[in-house]
Amino acid sequence: MTLTETRPTKAPRFGRSSRRSATLVVGCVLAGLIALLALVSLVWLPYATDDTSGGRLTGPGGGHLLGTDKLGRDLFTQLMTGSRIAFEAGLGSVAVAAALGITLGVLAAFAQGWLDDTLSAFLDILIAFPTLLLAMLIVAARSATLGSAVLAIGLAQSAVVARLVRVLVKRVLTQDYITAARTSGTSWPRTVLGHVLPNIWPTLVVNLALQFGLAVLAEAGLSYLGLGAPPPNASWGRMLQEAQATFTTAPAGALAPGVLLVLLVIGVNLIADGLRETLDPATRRRRA
Amino acid sequence: MARYLLRRLAFLVVSLALASIVLFVLLRLLPGDPANALTSVGASPEQIAAARHSIGSDRPLPEQFTHWLGQLASGDLGTSFVSSLPVGPEVVSRLNVTVPLTLAAFVLAVVIAVPAGFVAAHKRHTWYGALLSAVSQLGIAVPVFWLGMILIAVFALNAGWLPAGGFPQDGWSEPAEAIRSLVLPVVTIALVMSASLIRYVRSATLDVLGSDYLRTARALGSSFGSAMWRHGLRNASVPVISVLGVELASTLLGAVVVESVYALPGLGSMLATGIAQHDYPVIQGVLFISTLFVLFIGFVADLVQRIIDPRLRGRLSGGAR
Repeated sequence: MTLTETRPTKAPRFGRSSRRSATLVVGCVLAGLIALLALVSLVWLPYATDDTSGGRLTGPGGGHLLGTDKLGRDLFTQLMTGSRIAFEAGLGSVAVAAALGITLGVLAAFAQGWLDDTLSAFLDILIAFPTLLLAMLIVAARSATLGSAVLAIGLAQSAVVARLVRVLVKRVLTQDYITAARTSGTSWPRTVLGHVLPNIWPTLVVNLALQFGLAVLAEAGLSYLGLGAPPPNASWGRMLQEAQATFTTAPAGALAPGVLLVLLVIGVNLIADGLRETLDPATRRRRA
Repeated sequence: MARYLLRRLAFLVVSLALASIVLFVLLRLLPGDPANALTSVGASPEQIAAARHSIGSDRPLPEQFTHWLGQLASGDLGTSFVSSLPVGPEVVSRLNVTVPLTLAAFVLAVVIAVPAGFVAAHKRHTWYGALLSAVSQLGIAVPVFWLGMILIAVFALNAGWLPAGGFPQDGWSEPAEAIRSLVLPVVTIALVMSASLIRYVRSATLDVLGSDYLRTARALGSSFGSAMWRHGLRNASVPVISVLGVELASTLLGAVVVESVYALPGLGSMLATGIAQHDYPVIQGVLFISTLFVLFIGFVADLVQRIIDPRLRGRLSGGAR
């Protein structure tokens, strides 16, 4: 997105805050650690993903950092590929949600009267409709792959993004600088790109970060139900489902993926909170 | 208010009609012929054609749609392609699990979240206020099925206090057993739901605490408690109620994962099976009933918000969010 040189309003920018938010730092460390696991998994894994040479359900130790699963596969290897899938699911879904949601939201913001009422009611229904069920419909229609899951989660989330964008854009459209831009002959598309989007961007980024966490959770839920990435790609959700029956005898497999999942989601949520504090001076004052 | 009620009711009916059309068309766009669910692998083209004719999927779409509407009008949700049983009674028996599960979880979540959210905001500078916020941060990051697995491991497998899953075969004819099997699922949903509710209650309370009207009320001599009661509660509840409506609606069907963890025969698992088997009447029936619930909950939430906040009364739908 290109920003026009003359900005009538001061949109808050990243990195401008004199006080670095502790929340942001903690969030970045948590999410960063798991991102590191995911990145390393692209070039190196302790074992091959389909290597079942280890004993079954061995505890931690003996060449396997966290032990093995019921098929003799190395748990840590699976955790690493799982973190890669979590990031793919999160980033992919958010990309779909942002592209669709922003477009829909901006269009909805320009609607008036009954069209506006109908559109918001439609979005409300879509939002109330559980992400997971929409995803199940789409996965059933296509096939159980990561792509289907990402598409489904992104679609469901685009309604949330669209509703937020609609409200934000409506608020910005009443501002004097929009009138100024319009009267000085700027076309609507240019106004939206140059003045509207940059001003809703901070709030939007915070929301998209939250959506990332929700998407990771939704993908885990889908793979728990057997509707996510197919084997041998170990997704955390499927690992948990497979380990459920042996929870009491081999707790490592039923705990480790859950812990990583929680850490990643908390990390991303903290980043969102930290960004909000940094980008929005109003909350900073309120918290102080 | 009466005029608003009429307009809002009309809106409800129109949305339901629109939703049923969208539902019908979307389902027909799904690939996979439902006739395949009826015939065995390697069936001859004639057999498939006969199967399609028997379920009416060979007729034109508008005709299928009016047929479905006619059925709906007489309270008939159709017959399952797979089990050949009527969908309506099946939905009702599933609702006997899902509705108590959802409502109990919802009530428990509100009972936990409202005081906890208030304390998290009002006492945010104390250690326990901060702890409450931290716990809710943790709670929204925990996948509901994992929490279910942990609760089962602790309270069912280790302690042996409650069943690990399932629901009595004869349902509510054995109330004690039925309730016992719903305790863990209810707690699972309630904990996850309250974690996100606490955040909304907290931020609504923070808005009230920082408001001018509360300061004015205090300056005029109201005690903190009575100012909160008279002015704060009403203002804070408007955004919270709209969130509550959405949460309740999405839990009703979103319970599918929890139903799967605890092997409960609820509405969500009925839909899941229906989708897997391309059983149109089941999918259609369940989704129609759920849409009805979702719209009705939205209707009630809008109504309650308008009773609480007179400023919203000029608008048709969608409270302050």
